[in-house]
Amino acid sequence: MMNKTIVSLLGAGGLLLAAGSVLADDDWGWSRRGPDVAPVKNELYKSECGTCHFAYQPGLLPAQSWKKLMGSLADHFGENAELDSETQKQLTEYLVMHAAETSDTRRSAKILNSLGNEAPLRITDVPYIRYKHGEIPTRLIRGNDKVRSLSNCAACHTRADTGSFAEREIVVPGAGRWEDD
Amino acid sequence: MRKTMYMAIMAGLVMGSGVSLADTVDDRLAVYQAEGAGPFDAARGEAMWTRTFTHAKADKPRSCATCHTDNLKANGKHARTGKAIEPLAPSVNAKRLTDAKEIEKWFTRNCKWTVGRECTPQEKGDFLSYLRLQ
Repeated sequence: MMNKTIVSLLGAGGLLLAAGSVLADDDWGWSRRGPDVAPVKNELYKSECGTCHFAYQPGLLPAQSWKKLMGSLADHFGENAELDSETQKQLTEYLVMHAAETSDTRRSAKILNSLGNEAPLRITDVPYIRYKHGEIPTRLIRGNDKVRSLSNCAACHTRADTGSFAEREIVVPGAGRWEDD
Repeated sequence: MRKTMYMAIMAGLVMGSGVSLADTVDDRLAVYQAEGAGPFDAARGEAMWTRTFTHAKADKPRSCATCHTDNLKANGKHARTGKAIEPLAPSVNAKRLTDAKEIEKWFTRNCKWTVGRECTPQEKGDFLSYLRLQ
């Protein structure tokens, strides 16, 4: 009796999950396996790193990249981003625990596949990321005062802060929706 | 009785939010004094705020205004990323100068970026004396 109830409950749960996947795969920027990259849920990370730049999701780089980056904050791409040692330790732990290897989202998987054994410091040096942005004319990024750099994710990816980088959500400032044809 | 308690609580709340900046800044100044600095001078802080610095790591001259603009009551803009920086003046941004850890973090980062070295306790005291009045 008990077993039967559990089985039917599991069955119903499975159906719900399946239905959820289909629904989630329409126009919401979520794939069958959830968001493109897992969203940032760490408030310390959001405030400490997100004050100066987009709070890049940890699933955008492998653990080795985050370790290198967090070990060189005094020269953070030419800026000084030093932190007290306790904050630095906490943030490094968060980033490593949620790095691309630990994530089952599809973009993290593609990022990892494209990297091989490399561990670049810049997300914009990840081959998959470079490839995805390869067709975009310079004037829309570097030559665009409202974008300026490929590292400025949220300038065009309107839902980047939720971990969603779906193509239909792209709006390039001054140029409108981006359609890849 | 109830009214008195209410008044006392309200007074406490008002004072609590009112003394936060003064407490934090006074504590910092006391720390700098213990390190041999002082007396502090807001005018000297303002002079350093507007000064332009060049150093080995600076591709072009840098000043506080590079990011914070000449108007401390206005939004600033991060020189590299373009991200907005909330106004530094406590008169328009009540969060400013209320957290010792934040103050020291930004002194370390921004003195190194702008001046090319850490600020001395004297310079930090002069800066805070100037900024608290804004």
